[in-house]
Amino acid sequence: MFNYLEYIRESNFPHIWCAGCGDGIILKALIRAIDKLGMSRDESVMVSGIGCSSRTPGYMDINTLHTTHGRALPFATGVKLANPDLKVIVITGDGDATAIGGNHFIHAARRNIDLTVLLYNNYIYGMTGGQCSPMTPVGSKASTAQHGNLEPSFNTSGLAIAAGASFVARTDVYHVQQCEKFISKALQKKGFSLVEIMTPCPTAYGRRNKMANPVTMMEWLKDNMVPVAKYDKMTDQEREGKVSAGILCDIDKAEFTAEYDKLIKKVRTE
Amino acid sequence: MKKVIMGNHAVSYGVRASEAKVISAYPITPQTHVVELLSEMCANGEIDAKFIKVESEHSAMAACVGASAAGVRTFTATSSQGLLLMHEMLHWAVGARLPIVLANINRAVGPPWSIWTDQNDSLSQRDVGWLQLYVESNQETQDTIPQAFKIAEELQMPVMVVMDAFFLSHTYEIVDLIEAEKVREFLPPYQPEIKMDVNDPHSFGNLAGPDMYMELRYMIQEAMEKGIDVIKRVDKEFEKVFGRGYGVVEAYRCDDAETILVTSGTVASTTRAVIDEMRDEGISIGALKIRVFRPFPFEDVFEILSKAKKVAVIDRNISFGGHGIFYQEIKSALYGRTGIPILGYIAGLGGRDITPSVIREIADKALSDKNPERYINWIGVKR
Ligand SMILES: Cc1ncc(C[n+]2csc(CCOP(=O)(O)OP(=O)(O)O)c2C)c(N)n1
Ligand code: SF4
Repeated sequence: MFNYLEYIRESNFPHIWCAGCGDGIILKALIRAIDKLGMSRDESVMVSGIGCSSRTPGYMDINTLHTTHGRALPFATGVKLANPDLKVIVITGDGDATAIGGNHFIHAARRNIDLTVLLYNNYIYGMTGGQCSPMTPVGSKASTAQHGNLEPSFNTSGLAIAAGASFVARTDVYHVQQCEKFISKALQKKGFSLVEIMTPCPTAYGRRNKMANPVTMMEWLKDNMVPVAKYDKMTDQEREGKVSAGILCDIDKAEFTAEYDKLIKKVRTE
Repeated sequence: MKKVIMGNHAVSYGVRASEAKVISAYPITPQTHVVELLSEMCANGEIDAKFIKVESEHSAMAACVGASAAGVRTFTATSSQGLLLMHEMLHWAVGARLPIVLANINRAVGPPWSIWTDQNDSLSQRDVGWLQLYVESNQETQDTIPQAFKIAEELQMPVMVVMDAFFLSHTYEIVDLIEAEKVREFLPPYQPEIKMDVNDPHSFGNLAGPDMYMELRYMIQEAMEKGIDVIKRVDKEFEKVFGRGYGVVEAYRCDDAETILVTSGTVASTTRAVIDEMRDEGISIGALKIRVFRPFPFEDVFEILSKAKKVAVIDRNISFGGHGIFYQEIKSALYGRTGIPILGYIAGLGGRDITPSVIREIADKALSDKNPERYINWIGVKR
């Protein structure tokens, strides 16, 4: 059996996650991906914002930086620019990345800086107990949307593509092999790479939305995540309530830190 | 009607009774219950207000600024990192002279991360120009909200109501709920002199050259200096309607006290119990609670403390490289007018308990301390 403990910072256990939370599944998928790629942990840094999702780095035996709410990306940008040889992994939540940190998100993607971003999308602010995030679907209930959310939500993967990311994929914790595969691809990609991972939050989201049972939430993922090729052929009506999964963007283009180095070399030799 | 409620909900009921029209907030522990209940009240139509879900505290205050400039009563609540993120907008609210009310739940600032109480978040906003009122019980919390609106609207200045995380925010106490109908006798509907109005347009946030800027700052200070009298009068008016008043400071057994302990927030209640115990032992000691921190009630403080022989200030905060922040204020209130030794004690940072025995330790130290130059004494630090 795979030895996760080798990668775990046991001193921080027990973890804070609720029973039925999907975040631990992502943690394990990330560990497997790192292990299979033979990545050097000394040369890797995990940066996170604030939220249940952002607790992930605290549980890993790796260089970690737990920052302020929404600001993981600018912190990570600083780390990467200071030492471009480091592999920088950013862990963020839907609120962290698209509410308070929304501005940083589009700018990091625009620069196409070499960061691997894992965005845990549980449709809600989990840590503060279930308020609407910019990714809460219309009609979903939250403590700040007692009669259902009115505000349209971000298609965050689409946003990242439009802003300039070089790799974008969407997956979920039920399809855990796909999840690991996409994390691995994102880690290998040079440039801004985003993996949006759908993960259940039975406590803050499920209970309010007729999915109090974690199993129901897993079944929801099983039934509603649709491969992107199929999704693209569906009518708007058929797409209702479904979420596309797969690699949504994978292109090679100029990466920020590499371009920066080139510029320095050029200016110095001129 | 009396109800057992948490401190956070005491804020929400205070806002309901004050009939705020726009509430804009971002969740953060330990404040979240305040705005969750308000959001529920808006959704149920219990309060005729709009709740704006924003993407950060910076936007929350920006939305309050906009709504207040449009001429309605406006409220937000936050804590710690959230208050710090608002900083730029806090300045804006003051410069634009908007009577916004904000409840801040005192929480320690990270890193290292802490969700527990201390006062460095609000006290680091000391110089932005918000009035600051520190409350001690859930009843006082609820009652202070309509008071804050009245003070704010009269002075055209924003007011922050500040309370301890968990010790107050999450603690349940009996509160005599006030209702909007009765509050209206005390706090009439908000009628701004200047607002954004299509029939009478004004511009907000314009450029002021060196010929004008200073005058506008002078007027802010002028409003602050009027503040203490306004706060006292508003408190009296509140008392007339509801039978409860709180003052700007509260002296406890100070009249003949040789030593006076100065505190704020929930520490004040614990301190009173220690004072009683020490009085029973025949020790001449009293306590002064500071309720209003900005504007600072220099004269009231002087009047009470100048009769003592020694003053000890308990600060749940620190100005690094300086002293405890209340300590500094007390010192400047007494400066040049008395030679009383003033001792400073730093305790309870990051939510460490300030129990009766901690206060007793401070009191005993203060009584036996012969060195009036001891500005900072750290209590209970493991070195
Ligand atoms: C400046 C600031 N505002 C608010 C908070 C409170 N806060 C902590 S986590 C969080 C939301 C987290 O939601 P999300 O990013 O979706 O992560 P999840 O907990 O769902 O994994 C909020 C609002 C904070 N820590 N700092
Ligand atoms: S609140 Fe939700 S996201 Fe947070 S640990 Fe619990 S289940 Fe996970």
